[in-house]
Amino acid sequence: MVEWSEQERSIITSIFSNLDYNDVGPKALSRCLIVYPWTQRYFANFGNLYNAEAIKTNPNIQAHGTKVLHGLDRAVKNMDNIKGTYAELSVLHSEKLHVDPDNFKLLADCLTIVIAAKMGSGFTPEIQATFQKFLAVVVSALGKQYH
Amino acid sequence: MTHLTAKDKETVKTFWAKISSNGAAIGADALSRMLVVYPQTKTYFSHWKDLSPGSAPVKKHGATVMSGVADAVAKIDDLTAGLLSLSELHAFTLRVDPSNFKILSHNILVVLAIMFPTDFTPEVHVAMDKFLAAVARALSEKYR
Repeated sequence: MVEWSEQERSIITSIFSNLDYNDVGPKALSRCLIVYPWTQRYFANFGNLYNAEAIKTNPNIQAHGTKVLHGLDRAVKNMDNIKGTYAELSVLHSEKLHVDPDNFKLLADCLTIVIAAKMGSGFTPEIQATFQKFLAVVVSALGKQYH
Repeated sequence: MTHLTAKDKETVKTFWAKISSNGAAIGADALSRMLVVYPQTKTYFSHWKDLSPGSAPVKKHGATVMSGVADAVAKIDDLTAGLLSLSELHAFTLRVDPSNFKILSHNILVVLAIMFPTDFTPEVHVAMDKFLAAVARALSEKYR
């Protein structure tokens, strides 16, 4: 089981309680689609993803980015059982969405970079370590039900 | 995997021109973060007295690494030839496992996002990511 110190818990809750979901979500998803263009394969019916500008302004991507970011809320509320919390979502991503689980890490990295840009020097090495640990647990949980 | 297009090179050179005067600071912060966030990387620095963020050896080495990156920018049209001696150094003397290049690259990108939030757009991000991957490949050339 994943162990969390009191400090790590408060870092995670603090980041998410100060989060502008409608800004960070779309930024993270669109960055992922631009930096790792093969991830666009999952969004064929989202409309125009032809270039970076189109991706950044695509309303479907924006809405989806916000939705995905809110998906992390459950993990924040259940840090001691992220694996169990995401069992259903893992099945969904595997059996219905057919997302290659390697892609989860790509989105996680883009989210880290967007949060770093927002928090600036407040995103200390310790906070970065905690945030990346949290995302790694989420990524692992989302890949757990694949078979 | 990585082929740098003319546009990538232009993007990298333009961005680098903006940020190069901060090279030492970028290197120091990236290295500091790497040692904290990926503690397994500390195994390469057991000979340092102080591995804490911003310590003297970390700052010095961060500057060294970034001057290598600056050199790579200047030799962006032929990284394999341009980084030949650095590749030999990493292959035969340092023997850094190549997976660590990716780790350090990630931390460089995080620092760029922190220090240049407006300039480090997704378009610049992808070009820099490709560039650092190409540098890592050039550095691994002589490994085997």
